[in-house]
Amino acid sequence: MAEALLSLRINGESVHAAAPAHWTLLEVLRYRLDLIGSKQGCDKGDCGACTVQVDGEPVLACLTLACAAAGREVRTVEGLGWAPEARDGCHPLQDAFDRWDAAQCGFCTPGILMSAEALLRKAGRVVTREEVREALAGNLCRCTGYTKIIDAVVDASAMLVGPREQA
Amino acid sequence: MPEQDSTDEDVARDEVGEQAEVGEQAEAPEPELVRWQLGKSHRKVDAMERMRGITRYTDDIKLPGLLHCKILRSPHPHANILSVDVSRALAMPGVHAVLTGADLPVPYGVIPWTPDETALACGKVCYVGDGVAAVAAIDEDTAIAACEAIEVEYEPLPAYYDPEEALAGAHKINPYAKRGNLSKDVVLEFGDVEASLDGADIVVEGEYYFEGTTHGAIEPHCAVAHVEPNGLLTVWSATQVSHYLHRELAKVLGRPAHTIRVIQPPLGGAFGGKSEPFDLEFCVALLAIRTGRPVKCLYTREEVFYSHRGRHPMRMRYKTGFRQDGTITGVSARTFIDGGAYSSFGLVTTYYSGQLLCAPYAFPAYRFHSTRAYTNKPACGPKRGHGSVQPRFAIEVQLDKAAVELGLDPIELRRRNDIGPEGVTVNEFKIGSNGFLECLSRVEAASDWGRRATLPYGRGLGIAGSTYISGTNYPIYPNEMPQAAVQVCLDRSGRARVFSGANDIGQGSNTMLAVIVAQELGLELDDVRVLSADSDLCPVDLGAYSSRITLMVGGACLDAAQKLRRKVRAAVAKRWELPARRVTLIDRKAMDLEDPSRSVSIVEAFQWAEADHGLLGEVGNYNTPKDRHGSYRGGTIGASPAYSFTAHVAEVEVDPDTGVVEVKHIWVAHDCGTALSQRIVEGQMEGSAYMGFGEALMERHDVDPGHNGVHIGPSLLDYRMPTFLDTPELHALIVEAPDAQGPYGAKEAGEGPLHPSIPAIANAIYDAVGIRLDSLPFAPPRVLTAIEDRLVLEHAGELPTFKVGRGRPELASKRAAGEVA
Repeated sequence: MAEALLSLRINGESVHAAAPAHWTLLEVLRYRLDLIGSKQGCDKGDCGACTVQVDGEPVLACLTLACAAAGREVRTVEGLGWAPEARDGCHPLQDAFDRWDAAQCGFCTPGILMSAEALLRKAGRVVTREEVREALAGNLCRCTGYTKIIDAVVDASAMLVGPREQA
Repeated sequence: MPEQDSTDEDVARDEVGEQAEVGEQAEAPEPELVRWQLGKSHRKVDAMERMRGITRYTDDIKLPGLLHCKILRSPHPHANILSVDVSRALAMPGVHAVLTGADLPVPYGVIPWTPDETALACGKVCYVGDGVAAVAAIDEDTAIAACEAIEVEYEPLPAYYDPEEALAGAHKINPYAKRGNLSKDVVLEFGDVEASLDGADIVVEGEYYFEGTTHGAIEPHCAVAHVEPNGLLTVWSATQVSHYLHRELAKVLGRPAHTIRVIQPPLGGAFGGKSEPFDLEFCVALLAIRTGRPVKCLYTREEVFYSHRGRHPMRMRYKTGFRQDGTITGVSARTFIDGGAYSSFGLVTTYYSGQLLCAPYAFPAYRFHSTRAYTNKPACGPKRGHGSVQPRFAIEVQLDKAAVELGLDPIELRRRNDIGPEGVTVNEFKIGSNGFLECLSRVEAASDWGRRATLPYGRGLGIAGSTYISGTNYPIYPNEMPQAAVQVCLDRSGRARVFSGANDIGQGSNTMLAVIVAQELGLELDDVRVLSADSDLCPVDLGAYSSRITLMVGGACLDAAQKLRRKVRAAVAKRWELPARRVTLIDRKAMDLEDPSRSVSIVEAFQWAEADHGLLGEVGNYNTPKDRHGSYRGGTIGASPAYSFTAHVAEVEVDPDTGVVEVKHIWVAHDCGTALSQRIVEGQMEGSAYMGFGEALMERHDVDPGHNGVHIGPSLLDYRMPTFLDTPELHALIVEAPDAQGPYGAKEAGEGPLHPSIPAIANAIYDAVGIRLDSLPFAPPRVLTAIEDRLVLEHAGELPTFKVGRGRPELASKRAAGEVA
């Protein structure tokens, strides 16, 4: 099968990969670059487990052709740990999810973190539970009933705007 | 870090009553426990690496030379296979091997008495989606193209989609079935049911239909296999029952179990949907053997839907007798169960549909007759709350109907029927601890139940209760070995290692084991490394099903940890020349209880103990009581060491003009015995309530007889699972009635809290708009039809106006009266 050479910006670094031209961003991330944090739950845009950010916006990597991401800034869950607001390799959202036991099986969590990070970054303030519900409506979780995820995202938004010592 | 607030006073209580002499092992039980880890909120031992994208789930495994497997599936619901020609597929570049049914002809089944499926179809297909052939190729695209090149000649047969039609039909669906299309028939009677109904003041009769639902774990099934030159076969699988998979692999592949290693990598959800072997595991194993290369198979989401093993559709006819005071005189149930093409756990399901209903309410007479039939549909199996979620819906709605007829508050009616602790059910199961009354009080208070009397038309509150098992007293295959075993080792760095065969499927069982070990040995959870579900490294465990892990594996872990605790305390006591009863282990230290300023680091304490005893390793076991079940055929099925109890109140808002039901809140009170880790227990309760809510309102797993038995929508868009926006506010209220059988009194929390969701919502809908929906799901067309039917009867004077004067919307009334279109 004919392979295309892709040059991508992922988590702030330039990477190159050869992959079939019809491959999605998710396939290239997972199967060529071994960035396995983005998950495949449905492969047709229904579940949100593959959510990454392209130029700061959450997108479904399973519905994005890899070649369409060329020249854009792609951010995956692996990159959250080295964001400026991260500490010891851990983003405040990841820390809040850990404290609240907001991840059960954890399979949907990377996608939810990427949707939630976009929400908090754009809001720049403490978010409401309703805002979290709206922003994460495209991410399915089958384990938690969502309650602890909402708790964690609201908590993380407070951490991000409040004094760092609060932690 | 979790908050630690133990005081010296707590510590002193810890050791009261221990009488061991200097340096001796303290064998006396510790009467008062310092909950230094127990019941706190813990960071899970394995969550952070999952959130950082480091954890390798099964599909994340990469091996050199990995081949990809795809399975060709039947387009027919029922057909004989006349021929399969794989020659064109085999000739394609990049195709390494092709299997058909003849390559894996040994029938298997998770229940040893009903082996009625083969890895690939042998001679006939029984539902749309049945595997026919499997290809291993250089990549998925090539494997898919090769599947399309396989030529299969079918002879279609009549298909059955309804259990009662299948039982009457002329064609046998499953070739291994022993009694036509009858999968299992169970009739059990306790007490004089006819007399109990004849003597009742009222008899409530109802027919209920529970539509099928599926698990919907976000991780699709996946398996990888690899063979070493010495013949050792390793199978990684997204399974929740490694041990049963191991046994069936050995059987079907015809090789000894010790030449097979089964590893369950971190799992992306299961809910019962990964609790038996699937075709992909056998296929990758044999393809790896045939090709000498590692092979992976990842189901598409569509394949997950067709593989199913989800909640059985059940048609249930119930008669329940009541006295004027609301007490139940007797229950009679007739249930038809739609099993799909294979048995799966169906033998157990059929028993569970009757056996698990005899608490939390006491009644003196009970008869159930449950019949499971084969149909030409994806096989049903266990889904969270196996076998009892469906009849629980029927029973709890029956109680609600009785409360209305008798003019009683439905919570009060349930209180009057409470079976209480330490009792025996009508089917002879011994109940231990029982916190059901407290569950009722907690949801009553939290929901402000008193406002129910004044809620306007369209708003309602509903109550339901339930019970569930904490594992079963007898394992799936008869044996006299322990039901659970765990190894725990300590090392001189101050670390503990736990080896357990138990499957952590996201429910947090690895963390539960770490909490127990940390509690007993004075460690933080970060000091405990849990290695689980690898058949080469870990003792056998039976798996994550029937809510058995906390009670059984937790019990075995506590046994091992307590043995180590005694060794460590004895070693410290010897050096301090104190009686061992004065030494406790807490906060990474060994401490003198009577002089808390005297302490030694846990690292040094472990080193002293290793010097005295050699390498510190212990095994722990748990076995079930064998005297708590019924003395009749089938009387062991459903008997559990301990039972959990749950009550829900649901609050709904029903739009009478659209039929849309919005569930605003669900209050969940659950008696889990003792909560070992608070937020993990709450998460199980919330996740259960969520799942039941989805089944009540949105989810529907079925096939379309008008289109040759294809699934009505095998995608996560068409199969509507609740999103963040759909899900109500869930309020978890932990109730603790410790049970002597569980570790620290712990019982289950992962399945019980689902059961009341559906009837609580059904009863709330009645409370809102006066309609009974006895068929699931409560979708808008069904709700609207029922509302309009009632309004027509009200206008005709055949029914009283529901909630008269309480905000009755004009539009609906006018439409019913024919005044608007």
